[in-house]
Amino acid sequence: MKQVQRVVTVIIFLFLYIPILLLAVASFNSGSDPAAFKSFTFHNYSALFHDHFLLPLLGNSLIVAVTASVCAMILGTLAALGIHAMNKTPRRLALGLANIPLMNPDIVTGVSLALLFAFVGQLLKTNHILGFATLLIAHITFGLPYIILSVMPKLTQMDPSLTDAALDLGCRPIQAFFKVTLPELTSSIAAGFLMAFAMSLDDFVISYFVFGPTFVTLPVEIYNYTKKPLPPKIYALFTLLFLAILVVMVLMNLLQARDARQERRRRQHGM
Amino acid sequence: MRNRFLATPYLIWMILFVLVPLAVVVYFAFTDVNSGALTLHNIARMGNYLSIFIKSIWLALVSAVICLVVGYPVAYFIAKAPAGLQRFLLMLIILPMCISFLLRTMAWVSLLEDTGVINNFLGMLGIGPLPLIRNNAAIVLGMVYNYLPYMILPLYTVLEKMDPRLIEAAQDLGCDDMQVFTKVTLPMSAPGIVSGITMVFVPAVSTFYISKKLGGTDAALIGDVIESQFKAAYNPNFGAALSLVLMILIFICIGLTNRVSGDEKGAMLV
Repeated sequence: MKQVQRVVTVIIFLFLYIPILLLAVASFNSGSDPAAFKSFTFHNYSALFHDHFLLPLLGNSLIVAVTASVCAMILGTLAALGIHAMNKTPRRLALGLANIPLMNPDIVTGVSLALLFAFVGQLLKTNHILGFATLLIAHITFGLPYIILSVMPKLTQMDPSLTDAALDLGCRPIQAFFKVTLPELTSSIAAGFLMAFAMSLDDFVISYFVFGPTFVTLPVEIYNYTKKPLPPKIYALFTLLFLAILVVMVLMNLLQARDARQERRRRQHGM
Repeated sequence: MRNRFLATPYLIWMILFVLVPLAVVVYFAFTDVNSGALTLHNIARMGNYLSIFIKSIWLALVSAVICLVVGYPVAYFIAKAPAGLQRFLLMLIILPMCISFLLRTMAWVSLLEDTGVINNFLGMLGIGPLPLIRNNAAIVLGMVYNYLPYMILPLYTVLEKMDPRLIEAAQDLGCDDMQVFTKVTLPMSAPGIVSGITMVFVPAVSTFYISKKLGGTDAALIGDVIESQFKAAYNPNFGAALSLVLMILIFICIGLTNRVSGDEKGAMLV
């Protein structure tokens, strides 16, 4: 039984990483067909650094992802605090609202926002409504639920007497919030933020329906390459991105491992 | 700061950008593309696309089941691994999701093509090019590849939380390995199975990129039809009607799976 699990796990990891390996190999290929390796070259990487097309698009993606996830973080944290203070029925309704973009397929979310913008465009009698603003609105909308779902459980777990104690000790409610509640919530806000950021950075389906010609993100542009072969420097770009994410995740992993060790030690010492 | 009005900006935002757009979808679905007059024509046309709906649901369902069957042992293995290895394996599961899914799907095209990596390799062994791409199996492969992590993560969450003493108790009471699995482990992981199936099925049934790149010429799925109404045929009203039906179908499917498992909560997020 154990053996079967191990074999399946190894096969699945190979399955998950073979296409990524192919992209990485393609980034060192002098030919443009990833299926046929011509000869080894660093040319794609140097082409990437002199590139004035892909990097600005990546910049656009980052601008949208950062702005949208910061806005979603603020709105979402406030919302979680507000929802936490609600009675049962309004709470269920408010949380249900967050579930709609999560459960709806991306294409429906994209289409519905596209139609809304088209509708507003008609009212304003303009054909140029799609652009940075519409992209940002869409990304905030699908990022919000991740913040709320990540912050709500922590809020419910939190001992309300902590805040009461701060108030009894003379804190004003706002001080109690910044000194007691917020520090408790930091890690779950950060988790939600990362989730929203990652979703936003990689989003293609929703962006595809609400982007305008004035502001294009990287995934949307990659899709436009469907007809022609991709320029190999894209493989170089994604190999570098992959390595960057790998380093960040390994670091996070090590930090977590250290925390876990410290936690264990603290428990052993009966603290 | 226990003030429910803090949620007001959020509520206004969600009403404006979630509920109102859905109302606009309904409005478009029931109006004519040229005159804007109320009509049932868009909904009536849906009958012609019945086979595409059925095909999309079928392929997504097959993918979800394959994800469950291959994802379960992986999730189980990770959940029972020592803490350090567990974190490392989870990282390896999440990592591929950080690379644009468009590029990863294109990578599969390069692997599966008639002149692709796999067929080149087989060619060296004297096996003629196999039809690996432009068929339904390739679409299912693309779906499984892209959405497998969404199955493994919720399964891992429930399996990891499971108390090992429950298994020991079942063994003490005379269950063999198979019985332990069917009577304890499997029922206990039902919430994870439900959310895993939902999280694979929903994006798979509505995809339009995977089918376009890996499917044959007649492989249009419902997502492709919706996309073409907006980007090629310029009939947003019919596109809205299709989206509406798709959305209702998905909510029915989610409702049914939740009913079957008898558990409304599930383990949506990891």
